[in-house]
Amino acid sequence: MAEPGSTNNEAVTLTVNGQRHALDLDPRVTLLDALREHLGLTGTKKGCDQGQCGACTVIVNGQRINSCLTLAVMHAGDEITTIEGLEEGGNLHPMQGAFVRHDGLQCGYCTPGQICSAVALLAEHRAGWPSYATADVATAPALTDAEIAERMSGNICRCSAYPNIVAAIREVAEGDRT
Amino acid sequence: MKPFRYERAGTLASACAAAAEPDAKFIAGGTNLIDLMKLQIETAAHLVDIGPLPLAEIEETTEGGLRIGTRVTNSALAADMRVRRRYPVLSQAILAGASAQLRNKATTGGNLLQRTRCSYFYDTSKPCNKRMPGSGCAALAGLNRMNAVIGVSDDCIAAHGSDMAVAMAALEARVETIAADGKTRTIPIDALYRAPGNTPNIETVLAPGELIRSVVLPPPPPGRQLYRKVRDRASYAFALVSVAVIVSRQNDRINAARVAFGGISYKPWRSAEAEAALIGAAVTVASFDAAGRAALKDARGYGCNDFKIPLARRTLRAVLADATGVI
Repeated sequence: MAEPGSTNNEAVTLTVNGQRHALDLDPRVTLLDALREHLGLTGTKKGCDQGQCGACTVIVNGQRINSCLTLAVMHAGDEITTIEGLEEGGNLHPMQGAFVRHDGLQCGYCTPGQICSAVALLAEHRAGWPSYATADVATAPALTDAEIAERMSGNICRCSAYPNIVAAIREVAEGDRT
Repeated sequence: MKPFRYERAGTLASACAAAAEPDAKFIAGGTNLIDLMKLQIETAAHLVDIGPLPLAEIEETTEGGLRIGTRVTNSALAADMRVRRRYPVLSQAILAGASAQLRNKATTGGNLLQRTRCSYFYDTSKPCNKRMPGSGCAALAGLNRMNAVIGVSDDCIAAHGSDMAVAMAALEARVETIAADGKTRTIPIDALYRAPGNTPNIETVLAPGELIRSVVLPPPPPGRQLYRKVRDRASYAFALVSVAVIVSRQNDRINAARVAFGGISYKPWRSAEAEAALIGAAVTVASFDAAGRAALKDARGYGCNDFKIPLARRTLRAVLADATGVI
């Protein structure tokens, strides 16, 4: 699919949720727009389109990023996971289930980004990464509510479901430890 | 976004040659550049993606420091155990900046070269000498609460937004570059940035096509390292003022001190004046206040940002008190 006015499309193969997609893209197309407009994966949301709200968060090679601030052509060969790819054998991912149980949403627009972000947050924490809430950065901190809040600060929820989002993440983190 | 040609770098030499052409730019993480390209504040016609190059390693140096490849992400640098143990001020500063998502993409070189977040630089309906040379500075008499108070000019009062660079200034980091002609050089971080003067559109001493290849941290200086950031909300906001200190005491005297500020100038603002005031001084709040007065003696507010001058002094006092154990 060529963009109007484009003269220099790039062939790129994106691997999204384990499936390979060969695309011919204007290099201006962001990863977010490639997912939504070219692959029909509309679970990933466009909020601010400038990296401030986190609604477009996806997981690339295991790390959460803002898909609005990266070009699709820069992601050949990467493993991209979106909200559509989190379910396991037809069952909700544990983080999805926890968001439902704890009512971690109201309108739901930020939720796919919140959940992708939270899933990657737990991986970062398991790897021992510190945060700005960590008193001694040389230690691997416990995942307190203050740590969760700091680590989720790149995801805005205008409905302000924050307490329930924190509760959902805490529950999955505690399940990880048992 | 203006149309552009996209190129994956093949070799360091070919990337630098390509980026030396008019209207060409390097891209690495892209978190700042793509944002500015969407607004057509940045209008590169040719992007050279350095993603395929190596330059993503952190290595020990023979002098006992670390060499950080330019593509090392902010997350990877902050999480590196050598950095966390030997340069905690750098981990703290990086983790004080942006969000987890942005830190996963943003790179070391890109962080140093990020553009200002002055709201008039971003507002294309307003004059801005940095965006459009000669058009004027709307911030001077505008809503300049986030703008700089020291080292700037009547042509531009934009502040540099990096937290990472403030810690690197205190650590006396050195920036290693390679130019389009293959020549390499080492630039002290304090000399990387150009004062705005009457050409605020020229922000660094780097030549077209000159790539930051790595940043070297010398062995950590003695003393307690601490970074504190003051901002409008608890997380994910640019600094009003930030302070990095590395300070050590012997009995009741300070015997070594490094001080750098963020949020107050066009660059991470290392304060030789504050350091001179501290070294040999008694470990007291009065000494910390004297250092703050020395650091900000040439500062000037522009109305909405007048508060930054006393805020910077008080933040320095608080960080020094914390780092030296003075209540």
